[in-house]
Amino acid sequence: MHTDPNTTRSADAAPDGPTARGDARIHNIGYRSYSGPRLGRSHGRASLIEHSLRGAFGLGRSARSKVLPMLLLTIMTLPAMIMVAVAIATDLNELPLEYTRYVVFMQPIVGLYVALAAPQMVSLDLRYRTTPLYFSRPLERSDYVTAKLAALSVAIFVFCALPLVLLYAGALLGELSPSDETVGFLQGLAGAVVFAVLHSALALLIASFTPRRGFGVAAVIAVLTVPYFAATSLQWIVYDLGSSGAVDWIGLLSPGTLMDGFQGAYLGGATDFPSGIAPAAGGAGLAYLLVTVGLTALCSFLLLRRYRKVGI
Amino acid sequence: MTVIVTEGLSKRYPGVTALDRLTVNIGPGVTGLVGANGAGKSTLIKLLLGLAPATEGTSRVLGKDSAVDGSAIRAQVGYMPEHDCLPPDVPATEFVVHMARMSGLPRTAARERTADTLRHVGLYEARYRPIGGYSTGMKQRVKLAQALVHDPQLVLLDEPTNGLDPAGRDEMLALIRRVHTDFGISVLVTSHLLGELERTSDHIVVIDGGKLLRSESIGGFTQSTTTLAVEVTDSDRHPNGAEAVHEALTAAGLTAQRDAGQLVLVELAPGAEGDAGYDTVRDTIADMGLGLVRMEQRRHRIAEVFAERVDAAPAAPAAPEGPTTPADPTTPEGPADPAEVPAQAPTPAAQEGADGRAH
Ligand SMILES: Nc1ncnc2c1ncn2[C@@H]1O[C@H](COP(=O)(O)OP(=O)(O)O)[C@@H](O)[C@H]1O
Ligand SMILES: [Mg+2]
Repeated sequence: MHTDPNTTRSADAAPDGPTARGDARIHNIGYRSYSGPRLGRSHGRASLIEHSLRGAFGLGRSARSKVLPMLLLTIMTLPAMIMVAVAIATDLNELPLEYTRYVVFMQPIVGLYVALAAPQMVSLDLRYRTTPLYFSRPLERSDYVTAKLAALSVAIFVFCALPLVLLYAGALLGELSPSDETVGFLQGLAGAVVFAVLHSALALLIASFTPRRGFGVAAVIAVLTVPYFAATSLQWIVYDLGSSGAVDWIGLLSPGTLMDGFQGAYLGGATDFPSGIAPAAGGAGLAYLLVTVGLTALCSFLLLRRYRKVGI
Repeated sequence: MTVIVTEGLSKRYPGVTALDRLTVNIGPGVTGLVGANGAGKSTLIKLLLGLAPATEGTSRVLGKDSAVDGSAIRAQVGYMPEHDCLPPDVPATEFVVHMARMSGLPRTAARERTADTLRHVGLYEARYRPIGGYSTGMKQRVKLAQALVHDPQLVLLDEPTNGLDPAGRDEMLALIRRVHTDFGISVLVTSHLLGELERTSDHIVVIDGGKLLRSESIGGFTQSTTTLAVEVTDSDRHPNGAEAVHEALTAAGLTAQRDAGQLVLVELAPGAEGDAGYDTVRDTIADMGLGLVRMEQRRHRIAEVFAERVDAAPAAPAAPEGPTTPADPTTPEGPADPAEVPAQAPTPAAQEGADGRAH
């Protein structure tokens, strides 16, 4: 049946009496079979990454779903544009904010974007029960999960890196020291990668537990903000009480302060911690590295496990 | 060639045996898998696709072992779930293209195949509109299209007529028939109604409580003549529409009869001649300006066969036969196996009866 794929099969062309039926006549358009390549799992996974990534910016969806991502992206890049304009106009010899601090500084906006994008990526498939259509294809469940993780990581990275690129371009235009700027820019990108991967795993895990998109958005916002405010307040309290050593350890307790401390320790930035001092790379900083890696791995593992249970 | 083979296949969930040492052999063509709700039909499909491990036993699909080669099987098989599975905010075209790419088709091939497949399932006009606005029948067609888009060798259709009205059900069944006859794709289609699959299938497998009850071929059926039941509206010009159509069809050279009610029963020969008769009926009615209330094909029913042979399964009641049947227009010329082909064309009431639960 599939040996001569370029022929046109139709009711009339199939004279095998018993099967050629009258009802075939109604839409009698010849069927063309497919003989081209079947690219298998890796192609499916790559297509899913592309599809999900586009969806994270509202591309390929209705105009309405483009509004929020684009608005947030604009808000995200606005300060960078202002800084560049100011730096050039006033002939500063360095940018008002370090590259590594930019994402930390804009965390509320990034958090909002993550809270919107993660449920968009997984809740809808659960809500409309589309997952069985994925799992009945060559993809394995782990392919689905890794594709979603990759897509959201890239989306968050792009969201964070775009203003950094603007800052860098502006800095070079304003004739700031190219070597200093390049180092700072690369450190900023590295920080954005770590930030993106951690937040992707965390937010997808949360979103995967509810088919209701609104709940997902609220839950991600809650997980990103509540611990952050708690940890920051606690840091100030212990700092005021004089035990500044505890500040670093408390910073491990929320994703926001974790990222702040991490970039402070390893990417040469200052922090928003009460002291403004970063954890030492060899000391408390090590804990930041371990917790960052461990939390990302744990969330990814739990996400994989979650999808082992999603029925078809 | 066998398409699906299972051997002692079992699936036990805590407290429930969904499949119980099922051994069955399914060849090319359209196979109806019939069983009451909870009989294990959907479970069997999951195991065949390699999506859940069997508790014991083996299954092979297209020669590959479900337990180890699931991914390779799924590349060559299409699956239509029984439940809703479509996102409402996406147009059918985009959704099906995406699914084609998930099956491994390159982008341009995915687009071409999607356009073709949507046209074949009869969705060409609506394809750019979001799926959320579709009727149940249209959604079922999108679900079927995504199962066919990568030109599989086999499709597994889980209760494709669920939620459809009688007309929609007939259209879906005709479409399923074409999947095999025109597209050359083998079909395993499930239903909890025995009656509806016997007209569509070459082979029927009945399961109950996870156990095989029967596996029977419906050979010989399709060689007999088919009866087409036509009901039309009346119009000012034709106050008795049925009688007018009867006369017009007779004049056109077809064998047509009136039944006791409002139906005109047209006898169609098998093959191309019968196909032409189909068109004649449709065109004649259109030319007369009458509305077509229904036009349905009546094949002979296998219910009787099962009623006789399946002692363990209280299958659908047999269509009433004999003197009480008001009209008996069909006289099959020579069924291949007279024992299997009852000569009666059942009345609508009998059809309803035959649609009863298989268990
Ligand atoms: N994931 C599951 N966990 C527990 N029991 C299940 C599961 N899936 C199906 N069953 C049970 O297995 C039996 C067969 O179910 P199913 O295959 O869905 O039947 P059908 O499709 O014929 O209606 C039912 O009793 C059902 O409750
Ligand atoms: Mg079922």
